[in-house]
Amino acid sequence: MARLSIEHLRKTYGEFHAVDDFSIDIADGEFLVLLGPSGCGKTTTLRMVAGFIQPTAGRITIGERDVTNLPPWKRNCGLVFQSYALFPHMSVADNVAFGLEMRRMAPAERAPRVAEALRLVQLSGFDQRYPRQLSGGQQQRVALARALAMQPDVLLLDEPLSNLDAKLRQEVRVEIRDLQRKLGLTTIMVTHDQEEALTMADRLVVMEKGKVRQIGTQRELYEKPADRFVAGFIGRSAFLDGEIAAPGRFRSQGGLEIDCSAPALGPATLALRPERLAIGAQAESCTNRFQARVEHVSYLGALLDIDVRLTEHDRMLLQLPNRQGTVEPKPGDRITIGWAEDAGLVYPRES
Amino acid sequence: MTAARLSLGRIALNGAAMLSLGFILLPLIFVTWLAFFRQEIPSFPPEGYSLRWFSAAAGNKAFVDGFLLSLQVGVLSTLIGLMLGVPASLALVRHRIVLGPALNTFLLLPLVMPGIVLGTATYVFQIETEIATGLPVLGSAGGLVAAHTLIVIPWVVKLVTASLVGFDRTIEEAAQNLGANPWTTFWRITLPSIRPGLVAAGLFSFVTSFGNLEMSLFLVGPGRITLPIAILQYLEWKIDPAVAAASVIQIVLIGAAMIVTDRYVKLSRVV
Ligand SMILES: Nc1ncnc2c1ncn2[C@@H]1O[C@H](COP(=O)(O)OP(=O)(O)O)[C@@H](O)[C@H]1O
Ligand SMILES: [Mg+2]
Repeated sequence: MARLSIEHLRKTYGEFHAVDDFSIDIADGEFLVLLGPSGCGKTTTLRMVAGFIQPTAGRITIGERDVTNLPPWKRNCGLVFQSYALFPHMSVADNVAFGLEMRRMAPAERAPRVAEALRLVQLSGFDQRYPRQLSGGQQQRVALARALAMQPDVLLLDEPLSNLDAKLRQEVRVEIRDLQRKLGLTTIMVTHDQEEALTMADRLVVMEKGKVRQIGTQRELYEKPADRFVAGFIGRSAFLDGEIAAPGRFRSQGGLEIDCSAPALGPATLALRPERLAIGAQAESCTNRFQARVEHVSYLGALLDIDVRLTEHDRMLLQLPNRQGTVEPKPGDRITIGWAEDAGLVYPRES
Repeated sequence: MTAARLSLGRIALNGAAMLSLGFILLPLIFVTWLAFFRQEIPSFPPEGYSLRWFSAAAGNKAFVDGFLLSLQVGVLSTLIGLMLGVPASLALVRHRIVLGPALNTFLLLPLVMPGIVLGTATYVFQIETEIATGLPVLGSAGGLVAAHTLIVIPWVVKLVTASLVGFDRTIEEAAQNLGANPWTTFWRITLPSIRPGLVAAGLFSFVTSFGNLEMSLFLVGPGRITLPIAILQYLEWKIDPAVAAASVIQIVLIGAAMIVTDRYVKLSRVV
């Protein structure tokens, strides 16, 4: 277990930047999640840490060791592959013992370590089975046990749950998290699943097109998204395009004048969390208050999603909790919506 | 209507299969039958049965020496073929090498080359080598093994590349992640994973080498002949069931090797 430090890591394929200037310090025992849409460079980053991809530039330090130019077999990173990558010709016990064997540990010493690793993933008694005799969930656990048995300095997980069915995924999520805490393992997990990322991480890195968009805790990412991409990717946001004509005053394309706390000038986008909008009487106290026409209502059980139109150019999304006595608006209804000045986040316009 | 036509088709198919199976097996059955005839001239019907031709074959020095030489050459050329063919297959499948597909076809060429052509070519080549180096190549066991390695390589390349194409390389990465260097990864992960292909390649190589006649004819020296040539030479002087007995022994040995191999890897799945 150790700190992990990544400095200005970069990987280019010809002109294409797969990972662009990635820097982070991960504390001992921290669970970091790399989150981003498919193809944003998460796996590439993870594989550079594991040593399977040579970085174009940058430095990776594990503990006090600069591992940037070390081959994979000298890094002591436990990587759990998306496909599990179990050795099909070896029993579960031999799979788990492989890392220890590579360190020339005596068989007598290996046995208790293998048993302990299998116990941790609740697979005691499966040691003589072969991978093909296991379910997907069990294979996943063997892959985890195999990585844990070698007591890696860092644990790397590449979409470890993506091949499991939904129910199992929920369970394994909690199990991995508990195990990681108990063992105090410095961990990087890669996922494109937002919910998974939010439930498991101590801290998250949001990536897009090879670039780090924001690093922070769940709360930081949700409350203070660094840019428009993060505002749309973490949770949901409704966006209004327009410009900041004067400090603190946003003018939408449809001509709405909106109070906000923004110094910047020029073309801008205003982002609003749908659940932070008030409706009807509750909107009375808001600084920003507008008439809107209901266009569409989605009944989602615990929530109601309401699409409204403010002007010809401006649309907005509201989310109402489905409390007892909530009056469900109908398409065509005219309603008043409002939000506090600091509920709107303003970003420079992105093309 | 359709069902009837279908079952008619089925019957025709089964019939054709039986016919070709019979066509393949008939000579084998006759040779085996013949080996047990008592009389010297192979004529029908048999005058009686005996095992004398088996002891005659086993006591024939040319047969025994030929068998031992064929065994040696078969084993050696198979081993060398594997040692050359496996790395070649790895290179062909895993690396984008210049003219890769052409090279692949080239390595398979000895398979389609007529034995006589191959024999003439290696004969000339070995003579030229002898002239150039002064070493005794032609007629030596080494020369024979070298030539047999040539006809064995196509089998190795064919079967091993087929195994490698479907091989998931992430398990090699997993091994390296767990501390295995590339050499250990190759021996502990890659080779065991393509074992069925290797076993099949070894078996086919050995059988190909063991049964080779045409090419070997050009390359053997006096007092050093392979079993197929020993049989051929015997047939030039007399025709008696001893030849059939020697063939039966070969058939049994090769059949046994295939059955034993099939217990460990399903040959039908590889070939
Ligand atoms: N060997 C390669 N050559 C060229 N482009 C690559 C290579 N490997 C990955 N890429 C590209 O780099 C980008 C990032 O890939 P990856 O890290 O796998 O994304 P993900 O975030 O989905 O894990 C993708 O657009 C991919 O097409
Ligand atoms: Mg990926």
